[in-house]
This record gives sequence, structure tokens and C-alpha cells, in this order.
Amino acid sequence: MQSEIHKDDFATVRKPVRHDSAGKHVSGSATYIDDILEPEGTLHLVPGWCPSAVHADLLSMTLDKVRSAPGVVAVLTAENVPGLNDWSGSIGGDPVFVEKQILFYGQVAFAVLAETQDQARRAARLATFETEPITPLLTIRDALDSDKTVLPDYAFGRGETETALKEGAARLSGEFSIGGQEHFYLEGQAAFALPGEDDDIIVHSSTQYPSEVQHVVAKILGVRNADVTILVRRMGGGFGGKESQANQWAALAALGVKATGRPCKVRLDRDDDMIMTGKRHDFQVKWDVATDEDGRINAIDLLLASRCGYSADLSLGINDRAMFHADSSYYYPQVAIRSRRMRTNTCTNTAFRGFGGPQGMLAAERVLDAIAITRGEDALDVRKRNFYTVDRDLTPYGMPVEELDTLHGIVSSLEESCDYRTRRSQLQAFNAENHILKKGLALTPVKFGISFTLIHLNQAGALVHLYTDGSVHLNHGGTEMGQGLFVKVGQVVAEVFGVDLDRIKITATHTGKVPNTGPTAASAGSDLNGMAAKNGAEAIKARLMAFAAEKYQVSEDAIRFADNHVHIGTESVPLAKLAHEAHLARIQMSEAGFYATPKITWDRDTATGRPFLYFAYGAACSEVTIDSMTGEMSIDRVDILHDVGKSLNTAIDIGQIEGGFVQGAGWLTTEELVWDEEGRLRTHAPSTYKIPTASDVPSEFNINLWHSDGNPEETIYRSKAVGEPPVMLANSVFCAITDAVASLKPGVVPQLDAPATPEAIMKAVNLIKISGR
Amino acid sequence: MRRTIRFVRKGSIVELTDVHPTMTVLDYLRLIERATGTKEGCGEGDCGACTVAVGRLKGEHLVYEPVNACIQFVGMLDGKELITVEDLASDGTLHPVQQAMTDLHGSQCGFCTPGFVMSLFTLYHCEAGEPDRNVVNDWISGNLCRCTGYRPIVDAALSSCFGKIDDAFSARGSEAIAQLKELQATPGFVLGNEDEFFAAPATMEDLADIYSAHPDATLVSGATDVGLWVTKQLKELPKIIWLGSIRELSHCEMVEEGLLIGATATYADTVGHIAEINPDLGRLWRRIGSRQVRASGTIGGNIANGSPIGDTPPALIALDARLELQRGSSSRTLPLEEFFLDYGKQDKQHGEFVTGIFVPRLQANQQFRCFKISKRFDQDISSLMAAICITLDGGRIEDIRIAYGGMAGTPKRAGFTEDALKGAHLQDPGTWSTAISLLARDFSPMSDMRASADYRLDTARALLVKALMEIAGTSPETTRLPALNEPYGDPGTKARANAV
Repeated sequence: MQSEIHKDDFATVRKPVRHDSAGKHVSGSATYIDDILEPEGTLHLVPGWCPSAVHADLLSMTLDKVRSAPGVVAVLTAENVPGLNDWSGSIGGDPVFVEKQILFYGQVAFAVLAETQDQARRAARLATFETEPITPLLTIRDALDSDKTVLPDYAFGRGETETALKEGAARLSGEFSIGGQEHFYLEGQAAFALPGEDDDIIVHSSTQYPSEVQHVVAKILGVRNADVTILVRRMGGGFGGKESQANQWAALAALGVKATGRPCKVRLDRDDDMIMTGKRHDFQVKWDVATDEDGRINAIDLLLASRCGYSADLSLGINDRAMFHADSSYYYPQVAIRSRRMRTNTCTNTAFRGFGGPQGMLAAERVLDAIAITRGEDALDVRKRNFYTVDRDLTPYGMPVEELDTLHGIVSSLEESCDYRTRRSQLQAFNAENHILKKGLALTPVKFGISFTLIHLNQAGALVHLYTDGSVHLNHGGTEMGQGLFVKVGQVVAEVFGVDLDRIKITATHTGKVPNTGPTAASAGSDLNGMAAKNGAEAIKARLMAFAAEKYQVSEDAIRFADNHVHIGTESVPLAKLAHEAHLARIQMSEAGFYATPKITWDRDTATGRPFLYFAYGAACSEVTIDSMTGEMSIDRVDILHDVGKSLNTAIDIGQIEGGFVQGAGWLTTEELVWDEEGRLRTHAPSTYKIPTASDVPSEFNINLWHSDGNPEETIYRSKAVGEPPVMLANSVFCAITDAVASLKPGVVPQLDAPATPEAIMKAVNLIKISGR
Repeated sequence: MRRTIRFVRKGSIVELTDVHPTMTVLDYLRLIERATGTKEGCGEGDCGACTVAVGRLKGEHLVYEPVNACIQFVGMLDGKELITVEDLASDGTLHPVQQAMTDLHGSQCGFCTPGFVMSLFTLYHCEAGEPDRNVVNDWISGNLCRCTGYRPIVDAALSSCFGKIDDAFSARGSEAIAQLKELQATPGFVLGNEDEFFAAPATMEDLADIYSAHPDATLVSGATDVGLWVTKQLKELPKIIWLGSIRELSHCEMVEEGLLIGATATYADTVGHIAEINPDLGRLWRRIGSRQVRASGTIGGNIANGSPIGDTPPALIALDARLELQRGSSSRTLPLEEFFLDYGKQDKQHGEFVTGIFVPRLQANQQFRCFKISKRFDQDISSLMAAICITLDGGRIEDIRIAYGGMAGTPKRAGFTEDALKGAHLQDPGTWSTAISLLARDFSPMSDMRASADYRLDTARALLVKALMEIAGTSPETTRLPALNEPYGDPGTKARANAV
């Protein structure tokens, strides 16, 4: 394995191979759930809810008009749940249907099954409710005031932070808020359930976590896991929004099948989807920092309070990850990182690309900006001074930062390649001459921990068959949501067998083929499934080697799989021929590969051990212009240098980097979730919730991969995970806007909240203008 | 009257007789044809996943326009050609835009991809000139992608959409034109019965008759708003009168005094002319909706539906545009500002309909500015619109018309502020700066998901100041973000099929 770091003569991996479905995507023949040809008798299920309640006791629900509406076949409520009325796959507390109390605006109270989706949608609006309102808790502030949480507080750190905070050369503190984010996967939540014999049920689900959907559906139906099969060919985007949140819709489709014996499809209307499903957590950050004379952090206290919504869902891991990333790339000698997980009467916030990491890192960047602005220094200088270095390499949770050269190398290379210093002085000249438009510049680092912090999730399975014609059936527990996992794992298996990629049949994720998997999440999809598939393929290959060595009387060293052939000594045999011969010789040509991530030892109770196998690094430099009269903003230029180890597929990886950056930039600028005073989400459609469009992408957008010697850890072909880390490259946009606002009054820290909408920028501009200094 | 809808599909003429008045093109494709390549992402014309290309005759030319299938009614296809993502590849060979999208890694999850492909297809068929990133950004402003960050899609467009037009569609261009001409020879049709119908009158007389007989019917032109009443509010609209077959309503003509815009002229049809009146109007038009919305949506509709946040009314009110209405055989005109009576209420009688808008040219001593504020640059509804037209007597403000959108229940003029500004000297801010504060007397805006009341009022002031600064020319520095200063020359107005 060690030799692979320097080996570069690969046939398929490390090549910019296009997405396996690209041709189908562009011709409309890639099948999503709603495109599956419906068997006759298919029913359409639409969830119903009480539009007049946010938090209320449900006294009664009248469904007569719903039942008698045209086309309606059945109406389901909590009474129709044969098993447990809870779609949570983790901590619990997520009713499929409201029983006694409505916990948030949009909570599903019943479901209509009708012959057409249109009929079901119309019928679902005919319910009437009698409710007794309860004062809802809506914001983090509300929940803090009432001391309501979904999970216990958690903290880690080291040293005597409280004392040390009083002893530094300078002490600063502040508070700011970070908004949430709607996933806006283009394909909304969808599931299609088909009846089988006995208790069998097959569900096509748009989920990142088929195993959990399987287990949750079984629990809700009151059947065995073995009775339920989940299939996922592809999702039209996930981004974390289909890690746990797909459960409820698959469960509803399955309940529809149980109630009627007919196939049943659920495809959420976009507004329902945005109202009902969880989003990225918004955070309220309180920070208190003491520095030495050089602006080096000596002690820091960070309080991260998040809005979790009505239930815990994945909030434990998300808030933990926010804490794990509240150091960004900076060494905190004495540190207290504290987390509060607030309960509110809003949708249950959930996984979203970065899983709390972006919020934690942004908190750190705000602190660094504040130190730099207060000192009148370039923020990059202060950042670099605070970076992890030799002897200052321990994270607040005790894991050492091992790739210091990568961290420092990326930042200094980018600083040079983007011409940071020259542009800084040009920008200062611009700002001196302009009073309406102000420019800002920021270069920020990314260091993102790879591995699920819940250790048991760090396992994966694959199923590989070699057929007698030399074609390969590939299956694994990972799901395809556009990130290119299937093609990457396909490349791995093609590499092992020395065949062209088109010999590998990529197949839908299927709980009957690979059981008990983790979610496709935490950026770990190719690390885990690539390795499991490789193990599976190599086991088959090893048997073929032994067989060929004996049959052709050569040593195994003289056998090589390449060019769709097996080169055996001086002979070259097509793989198909060898496979056929092996089959006649009764050699097993199927294997269930398995992989469990090594080294990780995190113990949450004692806050010790190693939570991550490694870190992925990157850095971005963003330049923005703001209009200080209106708050309008444009991103003018972005330069990115990002570490993917030895890339499995540079085209796919660059796609993840730029896509992640733009998604992160949207989170921090145009994407604003607004709830009204009653607690109703007002931004529940793309007309009101604005994700970036093409014109929001800077015309100068330079993306480069870091010239890595390969992941020092033994990952799949020494690559690094790439799904989530690039989101945090967008912190540079937020910091650049902060920089632009700060230029209005040197020395004063802008009170900028995220997202930096025109209004938020204007608020910061107005505050800085009236500030005393 | 004809009792069928006719349109060209895959080279043949399709005739439909039994279609619900508000069946959408998307439902027709997915549920009737069972062609599932076209996706539903939002059902409200905001994400573009359902984009299809609609070919229509514009004079002698065949143009392909991107359309949101989710909010178009099937009847609106009459006399046109419908092209979807499944139709582009021929004999197993991908269309150049499809090929570029795959070569340059333009798809990830793939769900938005069919919509992008169709938008690019329409760009491919438009003589767009030299490759230009801004043109592409604008062209795909109505297509949301959540995966790629757009760069590879824009690159695919740059590499495939700006060359020679040479595909299966240009090859059969003259055939398609002949088919469309044949269909157009007999415009006008009606489907359904007295209680539930989709009617497409072909003349003003027919329209007046049918609307007089059914004043409860819904008039539809581009359906970029009415479509949502159906898909989102689930409104029953049993009687639809579609105005798209009436040729005399769709004109857009510059005359000596100004611009005559027919009620059903689209944003795309009018942008070139409106930009002639003032470049800020071209910039504003560009930021209305998206390519898809501007290809279907009409100025008449933007006015007639009376929205307080429509983008064109403030600008047109500041320009003192006049509205022309008709009821039966009688017509009248009124200043546009008088049309908007109150929130949701317009000066429109039962059975009366908008026929046109007249926008006067600016005089030599007049200056105009308009600004749109929204969270996102492209395809966003404005939180605030401001339009200012000043008549100058040397450096003195002789007359001023200031209109805002998003500040009240209707698009509205700032009467107190206008009065206070009359007589002020542009070069002497002391004579106008206090007048700005009167905006608080003119408006008490509300807070909503787009902006707070405070931000609206503060920014209304800032935009007025900015307009005065710009017109005075006293500030040596740039007053706008570069993107807001870009001239908007619309390649869409040049669009035509190559093979014609």
C-alpha cells in the first residue's frame, strides 16, 4: 500500500473520468423516483397538516371532506401505524403523524391516498382542525430564555480558560448569529413503495441512508428488517437533507401500501418539502478571547448555541462537529468550547454538507477578524500567526494536527498565486478614493476532519461479482446523489481488475445486497465504499491469481491484470476467458468486501481520543465589493487551492470544490430563511428563498488542486474526502464582506451577521458608522 | 371556431381535443406522453428544471424560446412547436449542447440538467455573437443548479452555443416553418363547454365578445403568475381566455412620441425598445424574472394583475406611461398610476381588459434612473423598486416623478417628496437633502421575508440620493456595483433560426 503513494501508472483511477450517468442526465433518460413507470393501480400520497397551528394541542381533526373528495382511496392517521409512530433512526421523537400535540408549523397530521397526485393534493387541504395553541419557542434566544434543549449541553477544552482570559495583553468579546440553510436539492423528497408477498415491501427511496430507511420502515410497519428492501439508484441531490429526513416519506409510502395493498408514491410538493423538512442549524455564537502582544490567541471561550428544532434528529453529531471545527486552523493554548442544543417549535434541523463544521469554523474566523481589525493588521497575518505549528499542534479535543506542511503550504501558495499582497494595496487605494463602493479581501483556511464522529458509522460493505463474460457487477452501500461516488468506486474496481470502466456495471444501492451500512455522508463515501469494493474485488482477483498460477504454471508475481486481459507470464488471456475457465474450475467469483476505518478512537464521555482519521485542507481568497448606500454586494474574484490527496478523479473533485464553494457562498449571502412572528416559515419556495444563480459566481474563479504527495493515511489510492470541506472555502466571502465594512471605520469590528444579505450588510454599515471609535 | 389544440411535436402535428383548461405542459408531458425527461423541481417557474423549448414564428423567422413547462397551459402551445430534452439527440448522437455538457462535466445529480440543456438549446439557436459569459449567465438565470456551482455549465455553453447553427432542427427549419405557417393560418380555437373552457380568440372582436359573455373568465397571456394560482394555490379556473392568438395585441412599436406596447408583448419582445428610452430600463428588464419568464410574461400582465411588487409599474409610472383599456367595443386611456387603486384593487370594470401601454420618450431636458433591490441579482422579486424621472431647467429641478414598488400596497408615487424637490438645485445638495426625509411621510412600508420596513425606507432614501447624485454628476466616483452598470443589449431580439 505504501508504494501506491508514488505509483502513478494507473489506468483508471486518478483520471478525470466523466460522471457515469452524464449521457443519461443530458438526454433525460436518467431515472429518478418520479420517473419510474408506475404499475397500474398506483396511488399517490400527499401529507396533510394544520396550516393554522404552530405549537398546539390537537383536540380533534375532521377528515370527512378529505375522505369524500374525488379520487380519494384512503386517509391515514396515527391510528393506522401498526408499529411505532416514530421515523427517527437515531434518538427518537419524530412522529410520522401528530398524535396529541403539534410541535411545529407543517408537522404531518394525516396522509391522503388518491388515484392522482392532483386529487390527493386538493383533498389534503379539506381537513379541519380544533386546536389549543401553546406559546411556541421559535428562536435560539427564546429557547435560551426558557432553558429548553433537545440534548444535554456539552463542552471540551483545556487549561484554565477563565483565568487566562483575564490575563492576556488584550481581551475582546462579541456575539453574532449565523443563519441556517435550506438544502434545495432539485429533486424533492420522494419514495415509491411496492407490495410483495407476505409482509414484503420494496421501497424506492431518495435517501442517503437506505439501511436506516429499511430499519425505520420495518419499525413503523411492525415487520422485520428482512421484510423490507430499499433501493436507491440516484438522488437528484442530497446535501445531507436526505440522510435522516427521507425516512418519513418512505415510511408514509410503505404505510400506504400496507393500508391499500397497492403501489404508493410520495413526491413532496416543493413548498411542503421546504416547510416540513429540517435544514442547516442556525447558530448564535458568543466569543471571548485573550491574546498576547502579537495578537496570538492565548485563551478563548466559545459558546455555540444552535436551533435544533422540535427534536434531536442528528443534532448531537452536528453540534459536536461544530465544536470540533471551532478551532478552524488556529491553535488555542487554553480553550473552552461549549455547546448548547436548543429546542424550538420549528422543523427539526438536520445534516447539511459540513454538518455543523461550517458554523464552528465561521465562529473562529470572526474571532480572528476581530483581533486583526482591532489591531489594525491584515487579517491574513494574524491568521498565519495563529496557525497550528510544531509544538502548537494540539486541537482543543487533543488530536494532533499532523499535516502542518499542507496547512501552511496551501495558504502560502495561494497567497502568492492570487497576488494577495498586491491586491491588498490596490484595494486600499480603491477604498481611499471611493466612498460609496468599498472593496474587501480575505484569505481563509479550511481544515476539515474526516470520519464520522459516531464511530460505528465508519464501516462499509460492497458486493462484487465477476461474470463469466468478464463483466463485473458492482454494488456497495454508498448512494449516488450527484457527487460521483458511483464512478469513483467503479474506477477503483476497474483498476483492480485491469479492465475498462465500461466493463463495470454500476448498480443501484440495495439493502438486500449490502446490509447494515452507514449513511452516505461525512464526505466519507469514496473512502469507505471505495475501500470495501477494492477489498471485494481484490479477494476475487486473488483467487483468480492462484487459479491462473496453477493452471498456467507460473508464479503469481508474473501475473498482471491490465488492458481487459490477464497477463500470465508470456501469455495474455482476456479476462473473460480466465473468468470462464475459473468458473468451470469452481472458483468463487463473488465477494462481499468490507472496510472499517482504522485508528479512530474518540470517546465522547471523556472527550479523549482521535475522532478523525485525517484532515482535508484548503484555502480560498475572495474579493468583494459592497455598496455602502444599499448593502448590495458582488463577489468579484475567488481563488481556491484545495487538498484532495491524490485525487481519484480530478474532474469530479473539482466539481465538488466549486459546487461546494458556491453552495457555501449562498448560505452566507443570499440564502435567508425567514420565519414570521407566529413561527411560520415564509421562505418556502425558490421565489422567496434564493440560492445562487450563475451570475452570482465570480467571473474570475480560479480553482486548483494542491499538489499532494498523497494522503499520509492509507485511504483509497491515497485520496482525500472532498464532499464537505469546500463549503467552508466560502467563509472567505463572509470575511471579505466583513473586511469591506471594516474599511469604513478602521479599528471597529463590524457587527455583521450571516447571511450577509443587502439588509444585513446595511445594518453592519449603519452600526459601524454610529460606533464611537 | 376550431375545437382542437394543434402544435408541432417531433416533426408531426399533434391535435388535442380533450384537455382540461389548466392542464400544464409539464403534466401533459409526464402524465399523458409519459415523457419523464422534463422534471418538476418547484412547480412555480422558479427553478427551470422543467424548461422546454417552444418554437414560434416571429415574422418570417422561427425562434426557439425557453419556457417553464410547469406553469404553461397546454392550450398555449397552439400554433407552436414543442421540443423536450428527449428530442435533441438524433440517431444516437448527442446534440452539441448535450455533448458539451458531458465533456465539460456540466451535470452532477442530473436533475436540473434537462432544463439547462433546453435553455442552452435555445441559446444555441440564437445568433448570440461572440462567446460572452454575461450572455450565458443571463440566459440560464432561470435555471437553478445546486451541485455544480455553474462554472462547467457556463463553459459548456461558451463552447457550444456561439458557433454555427447546424443541427437536426436547423436542417428541418423550413419544414417546421411551413408547418407553423399552416397552423397559424387558422388561429383561434375553443375547447370545452360554456362552464369549463379554454378559449383562444383570434381577434379583438372575438375577445370582446367572449369576455363580455364570460366576465368571470380568467384572462391569461404568459401565465407566469396565473400558472401558480393553479399549481400552488390549487385554484379552480374553469374558464380561461388566452390572449396569445390575438396578433394585434402583441405589437411593440417605437413611434415619434414614444413606445406603444401591446398588452401581450413579452418582456423579451420589448427589451430592445425599452432600453432605447433609457439604458436603466434595459438593465431593469434583464433583472425581471428569468429568460423563461421573460419569454412568456407580458408587460400587460405585470400591470393588470396589480401586484405591489411588479417591477415594471414603478418605472412606467415615473415615465408617465398611459394605460389603454377596453370593454366591449368601448375603450379608454388613463395614466398608469391611476390604475392602481389599492392593494389588490385596480381601476378595471367587470369585463374590461388591458389592451396596451404607451410609454413616452424622455425629453431632452429629462433624466431617468431606476433601481431594483433584491437579495439576489438575477431572478428575484424586488424588495424595493425605485424610479425617478426629473425634468430639468438648467440645474434646477422643474418637475420630478418618483415612484416606488414594495413600499406600499400598490406601486406608488412619493407625492410629498416630489413637491419638496421641485425647485431644488441638483448641484446644491443643501436644497434637496432635507426633502429626502419626507419619504417617511409618503410611505409606511411593511416588513416581510424580503426586507424589513426600516431597510425599505432607508434604502428608498438612499436610492433617491443616488439618483440625484448620478444626475447631478457631482460624484467623481462610481455609484453602482459594476454588474448594475452593464448595458443590456439583448441577443434574444436577434434570435432567429439559421436555416430559414
